[in-house]
Amino acid sequence: MKIMRALMVTAAVLTVACGGGTPAGNATAPQASKELQINGAGATFPYPIYSKWFSEYNTLHPEVRINYQSIGSGGGIRQLTNQTVFFGATDGPMSEEQLKAAPGPVLHFPTVLGAVVPIYNVPGIEGDLRFSGAVLADIYLGKIKKWNDPALAKLNAGVKLPATDITVVHRSDGSGTTFIFVDFLSKVSPAFKEKVGVATSVNWPVGVGGKGNEGVAGLVTQTPGSIGYVELIYAKQTKTAYGAVQNAAGEFVKASVEAVTAAAAEAAANMPADFRVSITNAPGKTAYPIASFTWMLLFENPTDKAQSAAMVNFLKWALTDGQKGATELGYAPLPASVISLEQAALAKVKVS
Amino acid sequence: MSHTAYRTLLSRLFVGACGLAVLVALIPLAFILFFVVSQGFQALNLDFFTHMPKPVGQPGGGMANAIVGTLILSGLAALLAVPVGVMSGVYLSEYPQTRLASAVRFASDTLNGVPSIVIGVFAYGLAVLPFKQFSTLAGGLALGIMMIPIVTKTTEELLVLVPGSMREGALALGATRGRAVFSVIIPAALPGIITGIVLALARIAGETAPLLFTAFNNRFFSTSLTQPISSITVQVYTYAISPYEDWHRQAWAGALVLITIVLVCSMLARLATSRVSRLRTR
Amino acid sequence: MRARSQDLGFRLTTGAFAAALAAIVIGVGVALVSQSWLTIQKFGLGFWSTSTWDPVAGDFGALPFIWGTLYSSILALLIATPIALGIAVFISELCPARLRTPLVFLTELLAAIPSIVYGLWGIFVLVPAVRSLQTHVPDALRALPIFAGPPLGVGMLSAALILAIMVVPFTSSVAREVLKSVPVTQREGAYALGATRFEAIRAAMYFARTGIVGAVMLGFGRALGETMAVTMVIGNNPQVSASLFAPQYTMAAVIANEFTEAADALYLNALVEIGLVLFAITLVVNGLSRLLIWSMARGARGPRRKPAGAAA
Repeated sequence: MKIMRALMVTAAVLTVACGGGTPAGNATAPQASKELQINGAGATFPYPIYSKWFSEYNTLHPEVRINYQSIGSGGGIRQLTNQTVFFGATDGPMSEEQLKAAPGPVLHFPTVLGAVVPIYNVPGIEGDLRFSGAVLADIYLGKIKKWNDPALAKLNAGVKLPATDITVVHRSDGSGTTFIFVDFLSKVSPAFKEKVGVATSVNWPVGVGGKGNEGVAGLVTQTPGSIGYVELIYAKQTKTAYGAVQNAAGEFVKASVEAVTAAAAEAAANMPADFRVSITNAPGKTAYPIASFTWMLLFENPTDKAQSAAMVNFLKWALTDGQKGATELGYAPLPASVISLEQAALAKVKVS
Repeated sequence: MSHTAYRTLLSRLFVGACGLAVLVALIPLAFILFFVVSQGFQALNLDFFTHMPKPVGQPGGGMANAIVGTLILSGLAALLAVPVGVMSGVYLSEYPQTRLASAVRFASDTLNGVPSIVIGVFAYGLAVLPFKQFSTLAGGLALGIMMIPIVTKTTEELLVLVPGSMREGALALGATRGRAVFSVIIPAALPGIITGIVLALARIAGETAPLLFTAFNNRFFSTSLTQPISSITVQVYTYAISPYEDWHRQAWAGALVLITIVLVCSMLARLATSRVSRLRTR
Repeated sequence: MRARSQDLGFRLTTGAFAAALAAIVIGVGVALVSQSWLTIQKFGLGFWSTSTWDPVAGDFGALPFIWGTLYSSILALLIATPIALGIAVFISELCPARLRTPLVFLTELLAAIPSIVYGLWGIFVLVPAVRSLQTHVPDALRALPIFAGPPLGVGMLSAALILAIMVVPFTSSVAREVLKSVPVTQREGAYALGATRFEAIRAAMYFARTGIVGAVMLGFGRALGETMAVTMVIGNNPQVSASLFAPQYTMAAVIANEFTEAADALYLNALVEIGLVLFAITLVVNGLSRLLIWSMARGARGPRRKPAGAAA
């Protein structure tokens, strides 16, 4: 047995030796004392602001480390249901069935608002393209195949569209971004609603799948002639062109913080108690039509009360100080009325 | 053309084609190494080893947590695979003709061929779902399972090579079989076995698929066995499919670190084997 | 007496570890079956012959993944096999002794590069190259189904090329071993009869044919299960298409992409069932290839596993 032990020690030593040097005296690694690690997973849509929030919150409260992995909204719901993570995050609210399948009551907490934009990579086009819901639906149904299709040309009078094929890019994973996008398309196109439907992952008739907002943006930037849909921040950060979309009032609106806030205005006035509300194709002349709240999901009565208390504190911070950081990342802060409703609702989460 | 000339020509062509095949295979190798080294070298700096990942959109940061994560995961894997692998190897070499031995040999070969992603699915069901927690242990388990057949095979092959006279000598001196194996035969084959273990470690340190839903990933520096942990491979994957230039650079740097691990390990192994074979031929 | 009971103890201890190894394999099989029971019952064999993958409606058919897996693996084999055999022959029969060790080392290095590094390289180097190749395919050819589709770069061809590079070292190293086991008398006999180099090697390869088929199948097994590099370049779109340029999907890739986010039990079961079949296929392919290599080695060397001392 001595040999076995020697073997194991050797193996361990070699592992270290093979690593090419461990970071000695790691300055940034926090000391292991009384710290609380909370794991969460879900939507990629709010990932940029969440990673910023969790990083800032960690500097304010070094003992709380919130590890968030963006694996897609479908994944967030699934892992929450399986209780493999403490909290989930999603851009499409959980369905009644999903709520029933969860081992306990789940609460939705909107954190910020965001917009999904159609991004494209069309060689020779510098300016903004205009899309209508119907045209986007037809592109994603495979009915519109060329960039110079009459329907597209009509919306973009004066733009010289090339005769190249449209490469449709969609998400390969379960995604809230997909949910928001198809929720909008299904509202404006009966054909789309019937053929594809609304969920975090759907059966796309055409196209290429990219994993995550990152994957879609990556594919579009690398593929001439392609169109995709991503969260606004991803289009901005990757400097990909994105188009204006026609809203319910018939206006072409480019996604912006103001346009998303305008879309949320009406929903804020009639907010249901569980916060599950869709604001795509919202009324109002200045409203951007492909917008949504994004939610964090918590069990009403989690088993680990220490984590639960820490998460409630975090959310209180996110709803107040955290909101200030939203705009610079391209998210719209929550309307004040929604924030006060949520602060009241946070009391429902059991912390002891 | 005479028939003989034709045959000679054909033979020359064949020899040429074989040489060409070697070149064709070495071109992608050169390409890959060139890109990984040139791209990775630009992005590699001290921060990469000592800093944590930054939030999206903020440049800089490193993979300190992922590097430590990979080391811990590989260590755990070895902890599982070395005892099971070496002992199974001992059994196979000592009792090669038993029915259990054939079954185990087949199982080991099978396990070696099972796609790593399937091992991940298995480890998820075994070590993630029941405990409701992605964890370092689950990741180590998945990697360990992948490592077992490699260690088993190396051990068996090397023990069989140990001259029978050594074993007979030990037995003649009144040693039990276990004593003979552990104090005479294994020590004789030890350098080779360790080489095999190092190579196996190099291979599993480069695995990504089995970690995706076992060890998961962690933004923070963690050494806890019951929490998710980051690894170089998963981090490279996350960065590679992202749209951010800065993350792409980090992905290349991660790839360079991985390749270096593999290279250093195989060189070490090569050195050790050449020494062993010299000893043996003496 | 004491010695014998200690021997028994030794045998039982080592045997227990060995049995644990076998138990893991059985455990994998059992776990996969039990976790995919829902879809096995619901869809039966239809799961493998329908091509709708619709998580919304809860309708799952795995045909596109089987198709993508087989297409990419077979294509990769077609590219890799001649190269791998060429390398094996060159190293074992033709090259100067001084070159042998470095060449073996380099081809083994190809096998040691982690899959994720291949994928990274694939995304940033191979995919753009394939895309520009595709834009240079003449229109007349692009009308053919095999070259159809927009120039994406990601797709079947990229996946098959990456796989081919990854499979070459596996096939060539086994083929090398197999060729080594061909008795020298075979070649000497051929030379004595006035054979050219090619003819002598051909005779040796013919002698070793079962083992070589085994080596190729081993490469096939690798290609079937490869995950990361493929998922990064194949385009991840479940469709049955003949086009080399079409984005498609493989069994391993769909598990990697969708496993953490399968939102309901049926969806998850569908993914695990894909894993189960992947497991079963690799079991068969590996079993067969080992059998071939083994029977070949046995034929060449006589009964295997002579006591090591006796041979000398």
